[in-house]
Amino acid sequence: MFQHGLVLRYSRVFLFWCICTFTVVPTHSQHKCDPYILGASSGAACGAALAIIFPYIFPQGQLAAFICALAAVLLSYGLVRSRGQIPPMALVLSGIIVGALFSAMVGIMKYLAADTQLREITFWMMGGLHYATWADAALAMGAVLPIFLLLWRFGWQLNILSLGDEEARSLGLNPASARLLIIIAATFMSAICVSICGIIAWVGLMMPHAARMLFGPDHRWVIPGSALLGAIYLLFCDTIARTLIDSEIPLGIVTSVIGAPYLLWLLRSRGRAVYGL
Amino acid sequence: MACDTHRPFKDGETLMSVRNLSFYYGGRRSGGRGGKADAKPDAKPDAELGAKHDVGPDAVHSGKHDGRSGVLHNAGHHSRPALHGINLEFKAGRLCGLLGPNGSGKTTLFKCCLGFNKPDQGSVELGGRPLREFSQRHLASHLAYVPQEHQATFPFLVREMVEMGRTPHRSGFSGLTEKDRHVVAHALELVGLSELAEENYSRLSGGQRQLVLVARALAQEAFMLFLDEPTSSLDFSNQLVVWETVRDIARQGMGAVICCHDPNHILWFCDEVAVLKHGRLLASGPVKSTITSALLEELYERPVTIADAWGKTFICP
Repeated sequence: MFQHGLVLRYSRVFLFWCICTFTVVPTHSQHKCDPYILGASSGAACGAALAIIFPYIFPQGQLAAFICALAAVLLSYGLVRSRGQIPPMALVLSGIIVGALFSAMVGIMKYLAADTQLREITFWMMGGLHYATWADAALAMGAVLPIFLLLWRFGWQLNILSLGDEEARSLGLNPASARLLIIIAATFMSAICVSICGIIAWVGLMMPHAARMLFGPDHRWVIPGSALLGAIYLLFCDTIARTLIDSEIPLGIVTSVIGAPYLLWLLRSRGRAVYGL
Repeated sequence: MACDTHRPFKDGETLMSVRNLSFYYGGRRSGGRGGKADAKPDAKPDAELGAKHDVGPDAVHSGKHDGRSGVLHNAGHHSRPALHGINLEFKAGRLCGLLGPNGSGKTTLFKCCLGFNKPDQGSVELGGRPLREFSQRHLASHLAYVPQEHQATFPFLVREMVEMGRTPHRSGFSGLTEKDRHVVAHALELVGLSELAEENYSRLSGGQRQLVLVARALAQEAFMLFLDEPTSSLDFSNQLVVWETVRDIARQGMGAVICCHDPNHILWFCDEVAVLKHGRLLASGPVKSTITSALLEELYERPVTIADAWGKTFICP
């Protein structure tokens, strides 16, 4: 019973994991950019590994993960920004490059790590709720809720940004500043979530599209909708992770096993309707 | 603001004026100042407007024009002006056609008029005030841009597309007001798409999509419309529907500027015309007196005949 309550509580932390990840999508229309692709998770992994291996330099594991995740996303944006524009395809590439850079650093640290540390890093990277404490949940709610409300308020602007920069400008919206604000807010939110629970992939990629199918393309509905769906999906996956076998399966594995085929199916069957490909 | 106060405008009243406008490639877009520094030495505004200019071998290969960005991708020509000493006036109740070959600077002129490009010299004035004094949002309630018909990234409904036109009038957290809904419904009615309001925008025909974008511009309650080649991808009858709609809208006291490649359409539907070549204004004025076969021959560098038949004037190659 206690465990069940815990699951419910932590799923709220994750309610927001998905929001942050998908807000970046329409700002770079037609490309499925979430912080996972932009290297946030590799950055966070690097920070967490640093904290595990050098606890005396980085006593706060979550803080280190948070800072590194933020740095990774900002680096991917910084690298690709040229002439005041951000070409979406180049952004995906630079995300891969930054991700590879941070993964390599994680690799070095794994190589240097002692056995117990190696084990700890590996588990962290698989992602899960078992590390999180009540204090973490409070922190996540406190940080994520205001940002969620801010992004929800920006739903209308996201609709307009999805039309492209020039139309956004002709409709009276400054695309550069709106995008910067949304990206910073989304990165901040996802960095907090990743720093608490490790890398839980696919939720942020799947749920916005599921929400779009259910509620239509209007972001004023998609944002709360995907938050809700993300929480439900995580609860579902967490239940499987805890009950399928005797010991707990890391949550990130469960979400990936279910999520990857789902996205493949989505692309094959409804690619045009959902992505406009 | 000043220009809001006396709507509706008197027929023929000047809404927007382009004064001695010059714009150079590489000035603003490249971000760096290098291109602009190159441009400065020969940046003397040319007094003789409409003069034949550099019709040499250099000018003939005027570079590949990228329709979207309006930039000549021609590395060696950074110092050449995209627009040079343009003087124009757009008036209420008049549909003004903008004619010119690819790469003549039509799109660049559009962007200067919409405030996307900052002119290097001269200015664009709205109700007597230069555009740079307006905020983006304020500008959007005066000027509307109708892009070429396109597919939206996400499958929005027609009504939602038109509602986006209300953006400059919305405030903060509030949703759409009763007035917003009324304006949107009225805009859809004007373009004759009321019964398609709940349809998926992406599933409409090209002509209908173009009309939805016109309706969105109307929902902005702007008094100047800028249409960028609205009929270039449409079939014969859809072209005429879009042109007729735009002309009727302009007649109701708005100003409209339309960029177009078919001189016949300009002859049939526009009141005024501005002809651009190599970034210079070749001619401007009322359509009937301005468009002559001599002008078109100079513009397209090939023989052109203007013929009258069945009460209409036609331009034949």
